[in-house]
Amino acid sequence: MSAVLTPAAAAAPTAPATPVLKVTQARVLVSEFTKFRTLRSTMWTLLVAVVLMIGISALFSAVTASQYHTFSAAALATFNPVSTSLGGMMFAVVAFGVLGVLMISGEYSTGMIRSSLTAVPRRLPVLWAKLAVFAGVIFSVSLVASLISFFLGQALLNGHGLGVSIGAPGALRSVIGAALYVTVAGMIGVALGALFRNTAAGIATFAGVFFVIPPLTGLLPASISDHLSQYLPSAAGEAVWGGARGITDALSPWTGFALLCGYAAVLIAAAALRLRRVDA
Amino acid sequence: MIEVEDLSKRYGDKVAVDGLTFSVPAGTVTGFLGPNGAGKSTTMRMIAALDAPSTGRVLVNGKDYRAASAPMAELGILLEAKAVHTGRSARNHLLALAQTNGVPRRRVDELIDMVGLTDVAAKRVGGFSLGMGQRLGIASALLGDPQVVILDEPVNGLDPEGVLWVRNLLKDLAAEGRTVFVSSHLMSEMALTATRLVVIGRGRLIADTTVEEFVSRAGGISVTVRTPETAQLRRLLLGPDVAVSSDGSDVLQVRGLTAEQIGLAAWQARLPVFELTTQRASLEEAFMRLTDDSVDFRSHGAAGMAVAR
Repeated sequence: MSAVLTPAAAAAPTAPATPVLKVTQARVLVSEFTKFRTLRSTMWTLLVAVVLMIGISALFSAVTASQYHTFSAAALATFNPVSTSLGGMMFAVVAFGVLGVLMISGEYSTGMIRSSLTAVPRRLPVLWAKLAVFAGVIFSVSLVASLISFFLGQALLNGHGLGVSIGAPGALRSVIGAALYVTVAGMIGVALGALFRNTAAGIATFAGVFFVIPPLTGLLPASISDHLSQYLPSAAGEAVWGGARGITDALSPWTGFALLCGYAAVLIAAAALRLRRVDA
Repeated sequence: MIEVEDLSKRYGDKVAVDGLTFSVPAGTVTGFLGPNGAGKSTTMRMIAALDAPSTGRVLVNGKDYRAASAPMAELGILLEAKAVHTGRSARNHLLALAQTNGVPRRRVDELIDMVGLTDVAAKRVGGFSLGMGQRLGIASALLGDPQVVILDEPVNGLDPEGVLWVRNLLKDLAAEGRTVFVSSHLMSEMALTATRLVVIGRGRLIADTTVEEFVSRAGGISVTVRTPETAQLRRLLLGPDVAVSSDGSDVLQVRGLTAEQIGLAAWQARLPVFELTTQRASLEEAFMRLTDDSVDFRSHGAAGMAVAR
């Protein structure tokens, strides 16, 4: 190898002008953040997710407030002003899931993944960086959206004297929990994108797990579904912000969230294995 | 320097690459030739560690590429298929790649300038023409100032000016001491840029040699002589290391003598000569001859008719 072109990493210390090239996890993280913010589709999906979160939550609160006087005793018994004001999370989660899937499947469908993995042939730093950027951005954005949803919802409910303050039992946990829920659910989307390497398959699976399977358990005899539905990723995750209504034996908030994280960890491990082992 | 040792790749029971061993030295442009489906792209993907070999191994600058601490300084690759997110601008694409290895931002702008994409650097790549895409791909391959540059069909879709640019770029890169490995199905292009050749067919090595040697091995130089006295001239010319063939008309094909020698001999024997042409087997012909049995997807029709005539 010619001395003229020794790679910077091995360059003699006498040549300080040459930048020292080296892949580090921090650099891959910066790169992934650049990728994240420079795609219009990402930004649009994020905006849709936030609008769904705040908009539907407000709608839930407004409708509940105006219909409260018609509620049955059963409905009154399960009424929770905190989870009502965060109701949009149930729908916003799909937008975050789509965003997660696209983080990786978009690279496969365009061929970008080949550039990414040639630049970082160890591969796994790319997955970790994607997950970290996703988690960081989504948690920050959804925490803000969750706070706005809460205060907007309580203001709407207060018009009928139903609102509570952020200091109410479980209120702060629910607000933070809602952001944690969509973040970890979205990370499941990232893992699905890496596993399927295909946008349609990833989104369909995500939607299936979070939207199709939960109502289907309702078709099972109660003796079975009562022991099953609380362990579904959606129900387990919703436990942390109080959205798991209508589920018998719902898990306690943090147990439910831990279970959701467990599902995510298993899928991420499988995604890492596949990324590492299978041809790009 | 790229060293490929006993490299094979199987997809199910289809063997794409079959026991390839060759090396690509630094300081020259090495052409990578083979018919469609010969396994060129698969081999290149294995060199860049995108695909794992079924057997054998590849060393880039003496090391396993996966273990490189600064991959972009070791190897830059332009793959045949686009490897760019269509929704991102050219500059942001290059910036994101540069950041992984700590390549400074000014290098990104430098390369955008160098490949002539300054005016469209802020535009989304999805709207790029094939030629612009190739330029962007070349820019990303050169980001880390790599020792080894691999380009899969770099002149595809480029206009004549772009083709000339790539040709000079490859020569300059090699002159700087880099290893340049470039595939093309355009034989004439290879003849102009490459000094060494690696030729494969059906995943197997056919030749690992210089362009000159390759051409001479496949026929080399011959002289066409048109004369009414074919029998006499043939007798006159024949000798050790001289081969004369004739298709029965008034034309002789002579190998082993120069046009000057033949002309002089004919003049001394007072034999009339109407035509005396030196024919250099082109790289294209050499390639066709040597890869004849290894073409996977042969076209029928016109070629078949020519044979039947």
